[in-house]
Amino acid sequence: MIAVRSLAKRIGQQEILRGVDLEIRTGETLAIIGRSGGGKSVLLKHLVGLMTPDAGEIWIDGQNIIGMSERQLGTIRVKVGILFQGGALFDSMTVEDNIAFPLREAGERDPKVLHAKVAEMLEVMEMEGQEDKMPESLSGGMKKRVGLARSIIRRPSCVLYDEPTSGLDPVVADSINRLIRRLQQRFGMTSVVVTHDMKSAFDVADRIAYLHEGRIYFHGTPSDLQRSTDPLIQDFLLGRSEQCAAAS
Amino acid sequence: MITRFFNVLGGGLLSFFQYLGELVLLAADTFRSIFTHKLRWKLFLNQIVEIGLLSQLVVVITGAFTGAVFAAQTFFQFNKIGMGSATGAVVSVSICRELGPVLTALMVAGRVGAAMSAEIGTMKVTEQIDALRALAVYPTDYLVVPRALAMMVSMPLLVAECVAVGIASGYFIAIFLLEINGTYYMANMVRWTRNRDIIMALSKAFCFGILIVFISCQKGLSAREGAVGVGRATTEAVVNSSLAVLICNFFLTMLLNIIYPAGYQ
Repeated sequence: MIAVRSLAKRIGQQEILRGVDLEIRTGETLAIIGRSGGGKSVLLKHLVGLMTPDAGEIWIDGQNIIGMSERQLGTIRVKVGILFQGGALFDSMTVEDNIAFPLREAGERDPKVLHAKVAEMLEVMEMEGQEDKMPESLSGGMKKRVGLARSIIRRPSCVLYDEPTSGLDPVVADSINRLIRRLQQRFGMTSVVVTHDMKSAFDVADRIAYLHEGRIYFHGTPSDLQRSTDPLIQDFLLGRSEQCAAAS
Repeated sequence: MITRFFNVLGGGLLSFFQYLGELVLLAADTFRSIFTHKLRWKLFLNQIVEIGLLSQLVVVITGAFTGAVFAAQTFFQFNKIGMGSATGAVVSVSICRELGPVLTALMVAGRVGAAMSAEIGTMKVTEQIDALRALAVYPTDYLVVPRALAMMVSMPLLVAECVAVGIASGYFIAIFLLEINGTYYMANMVRWTRNRDIIMALSKAFCFGILIVFISCQKGLSAREGAVGVGRATTEAVVNSSLAVLICNFFLTMLLNIIYPAGYQ
């Protein structure tokens, strides 16, 4: 469904992506792991056209989105939802208005329909009765759930998650992981999860891609990754710094 | 040394022309959107309230005290040569052609331009604009078009209000405090103030409104680097809007004076 070909991106003097090749199959959950600042979020933003690469192609449902205008990208963005790291909720709107926003923009005006769909989404997110709260009064985990509800209310075929468990305690992080799994099972959505939380990656992913120095260094199943004897991957999995690895 | 000087000069000029280009592109995008995409009426009406209704107090106070002090100063000078009753004409024409539009625009730039830039800038640095884009909403349609249209409608009305209040306050000061003969004051004012003066006020108001809204929105949309960046964008929006109003006012005056010449003709 999504194919990335030789994607390259430079920001200032830094080469962030140096020719990323990646395929994301329909219905699967792919986790993209890698070190902080390694370009995972940059790659994710390219997938929905929020950033423009210096070179390369991104094919979504047979269409190369590179070179499309902002308005043309609208049709692609209806198919691909994204959960931002901090939720990116509209801070002047209530939870209900945030979640209903994509439906209103799509022309839905009936308050009953909007309320029913928002209530259904909040039930999926296990956040019933929180419609009237403002984003500032929500915890980090709740913001991510509301952001997720907003991005999937129009039932996109693919959801991109940018660090869905970062900044959350282990219990809340686990509930987010279960939510990602549940959404994939309930709605059959393709999911791309960018994370450096290995527990999260192993919990949700069908396949894992390791982004290292701007390229996909490894891709395979979670068990392939665990079995790998590559020292770089072992260091990442065990959380060993370069100095520590050199000492051992 | 000389190379460095030209590098700095060239870099500054390039940045300036790039900034102008971004403003023109934003304006072109906005006008294209106004004519080709549906208007979000709720957002437009919200902006009418924000720009038009909530600026009332500021504009009324500005108009009232400007009219009053201008009437007083004019009288102090004119009375020396026995022309005190001409005060009304000078106050009226000056407020219509210059003071009303310029002072209202400066007040709106400070109040509304700053708010626009800060709001859009905060949305930018907190990824809310990226969220809009990701939800297939074009930011210009959602953020700039309602503000631009509301400004185009509100500014002429605010300037008209400022001019009316300024002339009225000048009248009251002249009649009740400076004891000018009311009949002569009114007669001179009506004789020398023409429809073209009012058209000039409204034309300037429309142009200033466009300048303020695009400068402020562009600054907000290009904000980066968190809270510091939003603060910088807000300050630059107010400063640039105010300077643009003052500079364009000169050229508008020269141009409009050809179309609508001042004086009794």
